[in-house]
Amino acid sequence: MKRPRLAMSERRRAALLLSPPFLYAVLLLALPLFAIVLFSFWTQDFMTIDRTATLDNYREVFATEKWVPGAGLWENLQTIGNTIYLTLLGRSLYVSLFVTAVTVILAFPVAYFISFHVSPSRKSLWLFLITIPFWTSYLIRVFLWKVILGYNGVVNASLINIGLIDEPLTFILYNINAVIITLAHAFAPFAILPIFVALEKIDRSLLEASQDLGETRLRTFFRVTLPLAMPGVVAAVLIVFIPTIGDYVTPALMGGAGGQLIANMIQTQFLALNNAPLGAALALTAMVSVTIIALVFIWLNRKWLRART
Amino acid sequence: MKLRVYAIAYLIFLYAPIVLLPLFAFNDGTVIAFPLQGFSTQWFSELATTTALHTAVKNSLIIASLTAIFSTILGVCAARAGAMAHFPGKRGILGFVMLPLVLPEIIVAVSLLIVLRQILGLDLSNWSIIAAHVLICTPFSIAILNGAFQNIDPSLEEAALDLGESRWSAFRLVILPLVTPGIISSLLISFTISLDEFIIAFFLTGSNPTMPVYIWGLLRFPASIPVVMALGTILVALSILLLTLAEIARRRGLARTGTKDTGGFL
Repeated sequence: MKRPRLAMSERRRAALLLSPPFLYAVLLLALPLFAIVLFSFWTQDFMTIDRTATLDNYREVFATEKWVPGAGLWENLQTIGNTIYLTLLGRSLYVSLFVTAVTVILAFPVAYFISFHVSPSRKSLWLFLITIPFWTSYLIRVFLWKVILGYNGVVNASLINIGLIDEPLTFILYNINAVIITLAHAFAPFAILPIFVALEKIDRSLLEASQDLGETRLRTFFRVTLPLAMPGVVAAVLIVFIPTIGDYVTPALMGGAGGQLIANMIQTQFLALNNAPLGAALALTAMVSVTIIALVFIWLNRKWLRART
Repeated sequence: MKLRVYAIAYLIFLYAPIVLLPLFAFNDGTVIAFPLQGFSTQWFSELATTTALHTAVKNSLIIASLTAIFSTILGVCAARAGAMAHFPGKRGILGFVMLPLVLPEIIVAVSLLIVLRQILGLDLSNWSIIAAHVLICTPFSIAILNGAFQNIDPSLEEAALDLGESRWSAFRLVILPLVTPGIISSLLISFTISLDEFIIAFFLTGSNPTMPVYIWGLLRFPASIPVVMALGTILVALSILLLTLAEIARRRGLARTGTKDTGGFL
């Protein structure tokens, strides 16, 4: 008798409780994101902002020349894609994709080991050990990779000591490789946790069933375990791929001249060059490219999973 | 067996940089390279006399404490609502609140910078960093507190209501004691995140730098690197202590609600 009214009021109370975090996110996330979009269509006019809507920032990002009305379509198209911004964006996307692939592939066996081979009472200890480095002194951790990979660094010193090389290796610092190694290290726990959660949810009797029906352990892994773990892998890919595009610390410290990424350019536009509108256009372009790649990945994954069932 | 060897090698890879920290912090030499020179505590004593560092640490502690409190309050609201009745749009709203977890931090930083400086015309201060840190810490708080709230048997609260307690006192007397370990865990984790956060703080810092921003400044001068190593050693020790406390609190919370441990904070 009382039930419907009670349920109604609990709904209302839930909505009421959720409103402070929601309002906070609207005020400090949704509105600022909207402001970025707006700014990217304005221009910096020396010290003030010119608020007439224009595509100038995007033209500067995507084309070396402004559109020349007299020239033909082909001549105009040829200048597209030659800018420093697109070079940086391309390099950033390459680094993010590479880091994501390395991180997720290296992380999967660890997550698998913890889920399937560690006794339940020790699982949280393993997860705890894996997450600790992630929470501690990000800046100093990145800097320490310089100490490890540097000219007189740990890697070179030990390789020379055991006589494997005579000269220090130079291809591991101040370039893209160094950026990739450091980022793959920084995002490792982000990849392990979602995969672990997905593996934990797998009903172990399914694996037994598969083996009882005559599949080998390897085929069981590829036909049962991996497809069931896919939601975790997808989450891991997204949670590594999307944030890595915004990291400017690692390229600034490890990248050298040839290893700078789009985030460094965004930072320069905002802080050093005081050109917030161009910075906003760059940030949005990076964000949209990452989102599109992420959506394509999710779509391909769905198709792959559906093809298997 | 092979997997175990791999997992241990992976752990070594994860800890490699952190293990180096104390080695160089206690090293009696100004160059951060092998071979080590000898034992010395001079870099730690130098920390004690650097006043600029003390100001930065104080700033960071204030920011981290307030961030922890605010994001945990928001986290409690969201996690409690998440465990309650469903209403239209609830999942979407919860997803939106969790969005900062996957958003590149530089986007959060520049969008807030635009709003604060260019639109509102405000000066940057510790409050601008706190505002941003609360935004990125709240999803972590929610994730931790979700575990605490969703494990509670709803009949406990119903029993308290049936026995004549008001909603508020039922929450205070029944729910709150059950989720207190989760709240402590959430406070400690958001404190640790905020204390260590650099990418956003660098954009939004006012005239007083936070500790990571101060460290960033030091990293450019080779002479100050050993001091940074000493500072880093203390920070890592502190973070491990805080995280261990958070983990103990989380496990105690699980034991209190009588659920089995699924492991991990997230």
